Amino acid sequence: MKSSSPAEPVISCRGLHKQYTGRGGSVNAVNGLDLEIRRGECFGLLGPNGAGKTTTIEIFEGLLRPTSGDVEVLGMRWGDNDNELRQRIGISLQETRFTERLTVIETLVLFRSFYRNGKNPADVMDAVGLREKAKSWIGKLSGGQRQRLAVACALVGDPSLLFLDEPTTGLDPQSRRQLWDVIRRLQQEGCTVLLTTHYMDEAERLCNRLAVIDHGKVIAMGSPGELISGLGGEHMIEFALANGTGALDDLFAGLPSVKEVRSDVNGIALTVSEPHIAIPALLGRLQSQKLELARLSTRQASLEDVFVGLTGRHLRDDEISSTE
Amino acid sequence: MTKYHPLSELFKARLREFVREPETIFWVYAFPVLLAIGLGIAFRNRPAERVFVDVQQHVSAEEVAKSLRSKPDFVVAIHSKPECLDRLRLGKSALVVIPGDPYTFLFDPTRPESVLARQQVDDALQRAAGRKDPLPTADRHITEPGTRYIDFLIPGLLGMNLLAGSMWGVGYVIVDMRVRKLLKRFAATPMKRSHFLWSALGGRMAFMIPEVVVILGTGVLLFGFPIRGNIFAILFLSLLGAASFAGLGLLVACRAQKVETVSGLMNLIMMPMWLLSGVFFSPERFPDILQPFIKILPLTHFNYALRAVILEGASLSSQFWRLALIAAWGGISYFFTLRWFRWN
Repeated sequence: MKSSSPAEPVISCRGLHKQYTGRGGSVNAVNGLDLEIRRGECFGLLGPNGAGKTTTIEIFEGLLRPTSGDVEVLGMRWGDNDNELRQRIGISLQETRFTERLTVIETLVLFRSFYRNGKNPADVMDAVGLREKAKSWIGKLSGGQRQRLAVACALVGDPSLLFLDEPTTGLDPQSRRQLWDVIRRLQQEGCTVLLTTHYMDEAERLCNRLAVIDHGKVIAMGSPGELISGLGGEHMIEFALANGTGALDDLFAGLPSVKEVRSDVNGIALTVSEPHIAIPALLGRLQSQKLELARLSTRQASLEDVFVGLTGRHLRDDEISSTE
Repeated sequence: MTKYHPLSELFKARLREFVREPETIFWVYAFPVLLAIGLGIAFRNRPAERVFVDVQQHVSAEEVAKSLRSKPDFVVAIHSKPECLDRLRLGKSALVVIPGDPYTFLFDPTRPESVLARQQVDDALQRAAGRKDPLPTADRHITEPGTRYIDFLIPGLLGMNLLAGSMWGVGYVIVDMRVRKLLKRFAATPMKRSHFLWSALGGRMAFMIPEVVVILGTGVLLFGFPIRGNIFAILFLSLLGAASFAGLGLLVACRAQKVETVSGLMNLIMMPMWLLSGVFFSPERFPDILQPFIKILPLTHFNYALRAVILEGASLSSQFWRLALIAAWGGISYFFTLRWFRWN
């Protein structure tokens, strides 16, 4: 078996393009994407729906052919020795519906049978916490349990590289945390993980490094901490005025420690490096302008702020309404 | 650690999925049996039809009625002229006899039972009047197994069911897996594509054997259906038919992205064959213009061959060309399936 040194990337791609031609003309789902994923890391592709995350990951998985660009996975290329590559990767697709009238253990044994080497299905059930559901029909599992089964099916071939496409989308908070624990444990065991998500908290908690993707391109890359400190300030001050906002951005831009001002229907957000300096200055400015404050809050900056800062849009369409 | 073989695991998964689905069990095994019972009862051999004859009031009406009543099949009544006309119009009688010179028969020539009644009544009256038939004749009625409608029907139902079972059990099942993205998930594993297709075919073959046993068994037990052919020849023929039809099932499943699409395609293939290929009645009844089309359909030849083997005890070699045509349909279907099949 080909062994690669730790320095050698597990996945590298250069100039990746994927064009779909449909009735409404052609769409560039992936538009010149460069990435390198290192051994043992959990790498996240973060971006809104339609950013090209799934297309990218499916090209890496060998399920889609790129229009152009160079992709190398585990030191191999798709089209050369696909079976060998498939033996070494584990995949959880978005929305696979397993056969409802098979049990958990039957499904895992079926998937295990496809691999030359692999894990004991019983051990995999333990790893994802499905042991007590071994003999349950899949039709009787909850959404979170099904998603953990999907991860288990990805693990049963003992992969050195694991692909998880939106593993927690649509799950309740408790199921999401359970799945996070599973993924974190895998990564601690040395498995390289590539996951896509549009949840910033998921990316922040799980990923060592991530690429923020929008319109088929990488618009920022780094560890969650690096990306957040790239904003210039790691704190956010959000406030709203009693009589609406108006075009007041300039009024606050010059305040000490304020790096950026952003306003939307919900109010005004300031990116600041030192809140203890910025807040008194802000209150002074409001008083001198006779502006009345409706609310004021401060918090740590998040990846969401990184994305909004880069694109002017939120990661999820429902984000604006949910912050109200 | 146990070693699992992908082909046997795929096959087991298919068997489990099938037996755990009560609806499919009903459609594959119970439905054809109910159909056979229903049609068998509807077309069972009934006692000879009675003939309803009215005699119009006349001086000699009573005499005419008396001579007709000597035949047990006739139900004779005497009515006034308007009543006779009414009863004929309403279908209460098949024929009105108006005594006189000449005797007149009043009937609708488009009603088969009226035409028949005219003939029988005429004969009876002529004989009563003293006619001697120059050639003595006698009737003997056939109710022997092997010549009844149910005997024609049972092999046809088996053919119909093998076609439907193969289309649903292979075509529909595969498209459903594609819709559920399970095919794509399988394609993302090192699973050999051929293993998957073999397991679909193997599953179909396994479900076919009980199908043959249940349908033929119902015929034998309930209707005294005669099996004159070699049981292995019947099984071989069923196996060949099911495999060929499974090829058609695979072919319709090649590209369909929705279960609605594949259902439509399956009906497009099944409906003409159910109608034309001699399931419920002989294909020779259709106009000449349809015959070349009927003669290329695989189910036509399957039904002919199955009836020949079961009812006449024909050998498989005597059916060689039919078998070859059925196999060719299967072969062509598999060939195009391998070229066109999409995993996602």
